[in-house]
Amino acid sequence: MAAVAGRKTAPEREMARALAEGCGAGERAALARAISVVEDRRPGFRELLRQVAAHGRRAHRTGITGPPGAGKSTLAAALARVWRGAGEEVAIVAVDPTSPYSGGALLGDRVRMAPLRLDRGVFIRSMATRGAGGGLAEAVHDVIDLMEGSGFGRILLETVGVGQTELGVAEAADTVVVVLTPESGDEVQAMKAGLAEVADIFVVNKADRQEARALVRRLRDAVGLGRGRSAGGRGADALAEEPGAPGWTPPVLTAVATAGEGIIALADAIEDHRRGLAESGALEARRIARAEARIRAEVRAALEARLGRVAGDGGFGEAARMVAGGRETVYEAAQRLLAGGGILSGDLEP
Amino acid sequence: MTTTHRRIRVLVAKPGLDGHDRGARVIVSAFRDAGFEVIYTGLHQTPEAIVEAALQEDADVVALSILSGAHMTLLPRVKALLDKAGLADVLVTGGGIIPDEDAEALHAAGIGRLFGPGARTGDAVAYIRTWFTSSGRAET
Ligand code: B12
Ligand SMILES: Nc1nc2c(ncn2[C@@H]2O[C@H](COP(=O)(O)OP(=O)(O)OP(=O)(O)O)[C@@H](O)[C@H]2O)c(=O)[nH]1
Ligand SMILES: [Mg+2]
Repeated sequence: MAAVAGRKTAPEREMARALAEGCGAGERAALARAISVVEDRRPGFRELLRQVAAHGRRAHRTGITGPPGAGKSTLAAALARVWRGAGEEVAIVAVDPTSPYSGGALLGDRVRMAPLRLDRGVFIRSMATRGAGGGLAEAVHDVIDLMEGSGFGRILLETVGVGQTELGVAEAADTVVVVLTPESGDEVQAMKAGLAEVADIFVVNKADRQEARALVRRLRDAVGLGRGRSAGGRGADALAEEPGAPGWTPPVLTAVATAGEGIIALADAIEDHRRGLAESGALEARRIARAEARIRAEVRAALEARLGRVAGDGGFGEAARMVAGGRETVYEAAQRLLAGGGILSGDLEP
Repeated sequence: MTTTHRRIRVLVAKPGLDGHDRGARVIVSAFRDAGFEVIYTGLHQTPEAIVEAALQEDADVVALSILSGAHMTLLPRVKALLDKAGLADVLVTGGGIIPDEDAEALHAAGIGRLFGPGARTGDAVAYIRTWFTSSGRAET
């Protein structure tokens, strides 16, 4: 249950204060521990987030998504190096799937980020999905907030290798880069899965492969036909209304991530997109939409937790027997349970 | 009150120029199947890079696989750097080709159990679980 302000214990408050202070001062160990506190939803994590948010810093968030093995990690590392060269500090969150059988996870994205491993201006954190959908982890937004509050101006979010409709990245990022490769086969599949609608920028990676040019051509045709981001806005429901940068057509770029080719052009495109969003006011609109989606998710989760407690007391079972036995209607039972759980009192009619 | 359920985070790395990675891969899979969150960093890691990764990932355990014969220099170096980074309470364990007398000397230097060829992965899993529980980390 949520710790309300008055009941927060002293050690929790002290933990939050110390970690938030460390994050503010750019201490990497403090940020690392803060991320664990938030990821595990340990006691005091909300207070910690509140204090770090108070630093009032702003970062640009780039999401990198695409099929498994497309080169997302390699590309993320290459991009980070370009930004480092420009003097920016970069934090990377790389998400990999949790095994539904064991609850364990193999977080392997660091293997491709070796060139960054001793750079103090880069912070890399691997996260497991822990059962969340959308290609991300539940706490990923909070983790990004912590990185932002710790002073990283550029944040890169690598999703799990997406198959279908795992489009949480659209909600988490200011700029979404969709990585495709010639061998990832059918880009039409990617289009169907909705990837095209969340793309702000397409990258055809592994352009050292023969078939890359044909893929680029087909993608450009598809984007030209208005199937891209500019035409319909982002695909994810909650963001359907969200504005893009006016007049933005997703460019189709090529890259050889392993050789560092095409990365500067990609960094430039991300910067163009960022500037377009900022100047049109769409960046702020995206932030507001993101905040709303997160608030809704939180409210929904709290309601469900409440409902779970009502059900846990055997409430549903008893009510079900009443309804099945004709002693109560479904609506009466629902109303009684909602009122009993303190969720909603009074009439169900709005 | 929901108690937080801590996942055990284990960083698996291959220090030095050792290219034998079959054992590391076996261990990585076994740890994942045991419910650990395994951060695999790949081959050819310097002790400095291993410690920096352990810090960023807030790893509970650093698990090193080494078959090259360089364990008497590399393992103590990782341990010393961890201590210096304020991570003295992180468990350092591992395996590979390490003679018993070396393992004893390393143990005296603060390194945990080391598992040799033919070791059962279940033993390593049990060892880490037991350590984790007794370290008090499960409750934080
Ligand atoms: C296969 C093999 C290779 C393959 C490696 C392929 C690969 N990608 O891994 C190839 C042919 C490439 C190779 C090359 C070499 N090898 Co070789 N190789 C072996 C061999 C025969 C088996 C190793 C193996 O894969 N075992 C199977 C795995 C599953 O077992 P494992 O690694 O031991 O892991 C188990 C345990 O040790 C433990 N464990 C291991 N790591 C960890 C980590 C943790 C955290 C935990 C908990 C447990 C754990 O659990 C695992 C499961 O039981 C061994 C001999 C042997 N019997 O061990 C020699 C051996 C390791 N190689 C040796 C040598 C000398 C070399 C070369 C230098 C040969 C040369 N002159 O070119 C090169 C070096 C390559 C390099 N860059 O490092 C020597 C090392 C001697 C030493 N340490 O003093 C050995 C011991 C052979 C010997 N008796 O001389 N080798
Ligand atoms: N030929 C070629 N190979 C590449 C290129 N970029 C990446 N690769 C290779 O593709 C493989 C996968 O790269 P990653 O960066 O791990 O891909 P990923 O999308 O992060 O993979 P997941 O996180 O597992 O979904 C690696 O073997 C890379 O070396 C490229 O431009 N050309
Ligand atoms: Mg990856």
